[in-house]
Order: sequence, then C-alpha cells, then structure tokens
Amino acid sequence: MKRTTYREALREALREALQREPRAFLMGEDVGRYGGSYAVSKGLLEEFGEERIRDTPLSESAFVGAGIGAAMAGMRPIVEIMTVNFSLLALDQIVNNAATLRHMSGGQVGVPLVIRMATGGGRQLAAQHSHSLEGWYAHIPGLRIVTPATLEDARGMLWTALQDPDPVIIFEHLMLYNMEGKLAEEAGAVDLDRAAIRRAGTDVSLITYGGTLGKTLQAAEELAQAGVSAEVIDLRVLRPLDEETILESVARTRRAVIVDEGWKSGSLSAEISTRIMEKAFYELDAPVARVCSREVPVPYARHLEEAALPQIPSIVAAAKGVMSHA
Amino acid sequence: MTPSREQALALLEQMLRIRRFEEKSAELYSAGKIRGFLHLYIGEEAVAAGVMPALDAGDSVIATYREHGHALARGVPAEAVMAEMFGKREGCSRGRGGSMHLFDVSRRFYGGHAIVGGGLPVAAGIALADKLQKRPQVTACFFGEGAVAEGEFHETLNLAALWKLPVLFLCENNLYAMGTALSRSESDTDLCTKAASYNLPAFSVDGMDVEAVWSAAHDAVDTVRRLGIPYFLELKTYRFRAHSMFDPELYRAKAEVDQWKKHCPIAAQTARLEAAGALGAGVIEAIKSRIEAEVEQAAAFAEVGTLEPVEDLERDVYAGAARPKAERSP
Repeated sequence: MKRTTYREALREALREALQREPRAFLMGEDVGRYGGSYAVSKGLLEEFGEERIRDTPLSESAFVGAGIGAAMAGMRPIVEIMTVNFSLLALDQIVNNAATLRHMSGGQVGVPLVIRMATGGGRQLAAQHSHSLEGWYAHIPGLRIVTPATLEDARGMLWTALQDPDPVIIFEHLMLYNMEGKLAEEAGAVDLDRAAIRRAGTDVSLITYGGTLGKTLQAAEELAQAGVSAEVIDLRVLRPLDEETILESVARTRRAVIVDEGWKSGSLSAEISTRIMEKAFYELDAPVARVCSREVPVPYARHLEEAALPQIPSIVAAAKGVMSHA
Repeated sequence: MTPSREQALALLEQMLRIRRFEEKSAELYSAGKIRGFLHLYIGEEAVAAGVMPALDAGDSVIATYREHGHALARGVPAEAVMAEMFGKREGCSRGRGGSMHLFDVSRRFYGGHAIVGGGLPVAAGIALADKLQKRPQVTACFFGEGAVAEGEFHETLNLAALWKLPVLFLCENNLYAMGTALSRSESDTDLCTKAASYNLPAFSVDGMDVEAVWSAAHDAVDTVRRLGIPYFLELKTYRFRAHSMFDPELYRAKAEVDQWKKHCPIAAQTARLEAAGALGAGVIEAIKSRIEAEVEQAAAFAEVGTLEPVEDLERDVYAGAARPKAERSP
C-alpha cells in the first residue's frame, strides 16, 4: 500500500494509459503547459510531449468534436473539459454526435472516446462552476457515465473506459481531488458496470455516488451510534444503472434514501426512486426519501453554499425519517 | 489542371445521375415511399460531382443533410441510398438514419450530418487521427454557407489552422440558409475573407461550372495533401428546388430562381462538350438510359427491401457483445 491522493491516482491512470496505449492522447484546455486546471495532468507534457498532451484553444465544441472524429478514425482520445458547466458549450458534439453516431450509421461508426470533467460544488465557485449535471448526461442513450468516488476508482476507471468501444464520460467531483488515502501498489483497472456496497447495513440503504459518498459514509457512522444500521451504495456508474444491486439492497433493508448533489426535479434521484417504486414497491416499509441540492443556482457565500448542498445532518435526518415509519 | 475529354464526360454523367436520382426521390416522396425530411441537391450537382474525383479511396468525407449527391459521387451504391430512404434494413445505415444520415464507412463516407456546423469539428478530428497515424490523407468536409454563422465553423477553422490539420473545408454557398438569405445573416458576405482570417488558403469558385470545380478541388486537395494544412474552398451554387419537401419558398422570387436555372450546371457542361465535339450521336441517350436503369433498379431494390424486426429496436446504441469485459472487479 502507498499513500496517495485522488488527483495523483487520476494522474497515474493517465500515465498508464499513455504508456500502454499508443493510440491514446490527452487534449483539453490547459492540460499541458499549465498542468491541468486541477493539476491532474501536471508533468505529463514533459513526459509525453506536445503531440500526446495537447493544449487546446477555448473551443469546447471543436476539441470535443475533434475527439469524436479522432476516435472514429482509429485513435483513443482522452478529452478533458475543465468543468461540467463548460461542457455545455460542447453539448452538440456530445449529445448529437458522440451518443448517436453508432446508431444513426446502423452500427458502422463507433466512438471510443473518453471525456473527463470536474463536477460539483463546495469551493465557493458560485453558479457557473459548481453544478452537478452528470444526471443530465445519464439521460442520454449511447453514453456511459461513471463517477469515481474512491482512490481505487480514480486509479482504475480510465483504463477500462479506454477499452470501451463507446463514449464514456468520467465525472470527477472537485472536492475529491485532495482526498488522501492508501492505495494498493498494484491497483489497476476496475469494472464500469456495477455499483459497490461501501458499507454493509441492515436497516436502510443510502444510495449515492461521487462527491457525496464521503458525507454519506460519515452519516452512516453517526446513524450507527444512534442504533441505525445503514448500508451505503456507491453507484459508480450512472448509466447504465446497476439496478440489481440497488434492488437487492432495498429488498433487505426495506428502506432507501438517495443522496445526490443534483437537483431533485427531473433528476437521477427521481429515476432511482421510480425504479425502486416500479420494482420493489411491496418490499418497502417507508416511502423513498431524497437528499439533494436545494433548487437554486449554487450561491457563492459560504453559509449559503453549504445550505444549498447535501450535508451530513440532512442525510442523518432523512434516514431517521424513513426509520420512523413503522 | 483541367479534366480530359473522358473525365469531362464522366463529370456530366455523374451530374445527370444525381439529378435523375433526386427527381426519382421527389417522386417517391410524393408517393409516400420516402418520409421525414428530404433535401434535394438539384442545381448543385456540379459541386459533389466535381469534388469527389479529386479524392482518393483513403480520404474521408463528411457531408451535410443534403448529401445524396455526395454519397452517390463517392461510390455509395444508389440501391443502398434508396433503401435507406425507404427505411429498409438493406439501406446504407440499416434504415436508422434516413435521407439525412447516409453512412458508408467502407468508403470512409462518415455521414450526412443534420446539425448545421456539427460536422466540422468531427472532420478536424478525423484529420487529426490521420496526421497522428502518419497517413497522407485528406478529410473533405462539406457544409453550407449557413454554417459560417455557427461558432463551430470558427472554432474548427482556427483549430485546424493552428494544428495544421489536413482538412479541405468545402463551403457550398447556395445563398440561403433554409430561407434566410446570406445578406440577411452575415455582416460580411465575403466568406473567403472570414476563412482567410484564420490563416489558411481560401478561394472561391463558380460552383455551377463542374470543370472549374474539378480543377479547384484538385488544386485544393493537392495543397492539403502536400503541405498537410487546411484549405477553404467556397463553391458558389444555387438550389433549384425548395429547401425540403415542406418548404413553400416564400423567401425568394420565382424570377431569381428562373435566372439561376439558366446557369444549370448540366446544361452548361452539355453545351461545352457539344461545342468541343465530344458528344457523338447517341452518347447522351446512352448515358441517360444507363442512369434510368440504375435509378429504377435502386427503387425496385428499396421496394423489396426488408424491414428490421422491432425486437431489434435497441441494437447499435452500444457496441453490446463487442464490449470487452473489465480486467478485474473493484
């Protein structure tokens, strides 16, 4: 085991990809000379050179589209978009091209493209740098959406994404970059199919992913002290959803709380809740509860931002709420 | 560089072929065999017919939603194009794309694209892949003048020039973005000025003169291939028919359309060959009869084509079985 950070684990994954896969290259804004806006790609330009670590103009649509074209024509591009908010400038390419070309061409064209981007709030970056729009992307057939929340997944998801014949978007929550911990020396590729049970429990299933996994695990610890045994599911993959793991857990605990930094309306949490209702309604002892961001653009002021995002006390309260049903 | 007599005759035949195919498509649309949007290329045939011979088999093509002519000129069989428009499994996109999304990867024909400007970044990416893999290929990217108003045009020309990507940008300027005249949408209607500002060669050619297009395209492809840089070629053309089958054409005068029809590229090339004594007795008739047989065969092929079973609806959204298993679990 070695001590590392989420950021370093992501960088190691990039290094491995560039070493093992000659068709792989990284491009995006400030990934080279600057070292990446969150310093993930620091040092890679020096190691791999300008052909494979490509600084782009501030042209999200052009460089994401160029990633699509390069993937179609035999390369394995890794495109970094600084934040999910900026990815909206490339929505045309992601939604109208990357996600549709295989189907629209009758199976002739594949787009083996990996897009990485930062998501989420918590650093007082206000309403144009703090949103969690991964649930939006999870709406789109043709895309695979993954959300590494642990060091193992930060280290291992990229390689598997790079083997995928279809576009994969990796959402990195910006509050995780500095997360420290231990990682096995031989840590490597992980699957992009299954959710993981990060804490086993018997009374309530807390279903979350990405940036809220840590808060949810802490909430589970508090609940344990209050005599409630909470199971914590890390979805890992938002599309396609690992319904089996969710339903199996809920069938045991008979209660579910979904924790999602996205807003409630028209959301991923609504989707998960609906699937539980459709397929496990008679297993439930209480209505499904949700802890999501409040329905405002994320504000700058610290106290307001904290109030807008899911926090440990609200997760604990929601879990206690579903426990209070007989 | 000018086409030989044989090549000049082939250009005429290709234009006649595209026109007849389009006329038949309109007829089949009215008969309810083709549905959805149908954008006809009639009037603009000299562009696709003149450009395609300049490309080699390893080059790539990105086209727009008005791309039947490009597909045919690139060598996609008329049968496969027609079957696609009929929504049949034998279509070049298995009936998933329709008129606007013709694909044939075996010919590096990377599709009709129906978001104006959306094909440009993809073309830059294909060219980037060629460059990184040291393939001396050109990516030909067709788009209309309407795309010049899109951010993707500007982003892509800048990126292609900055990175020296071998893309031939082919702007089919038919003067109308659906119903909006160029002069009503651009602050400066000289498109070469805009393109040249990104530091790449930019030229304009009479898109109603197929030999001029052929020559300009050969020069352009040669420059892109030799120097590995992007190139912008404007083709001044005109659409004789409505934008799509739903368009009542309220935005332009009939007199204007009639005036342009006098510059029909097929009539002009026929006259040129006649004047040169290249059209012996029965030559045109023989060409037309070959084309008629091909187009009728395409329609018959599409008619007897099969419908994909609805059980297969969700295929080709993901690679499915082709997706490799992960190396290990978390």
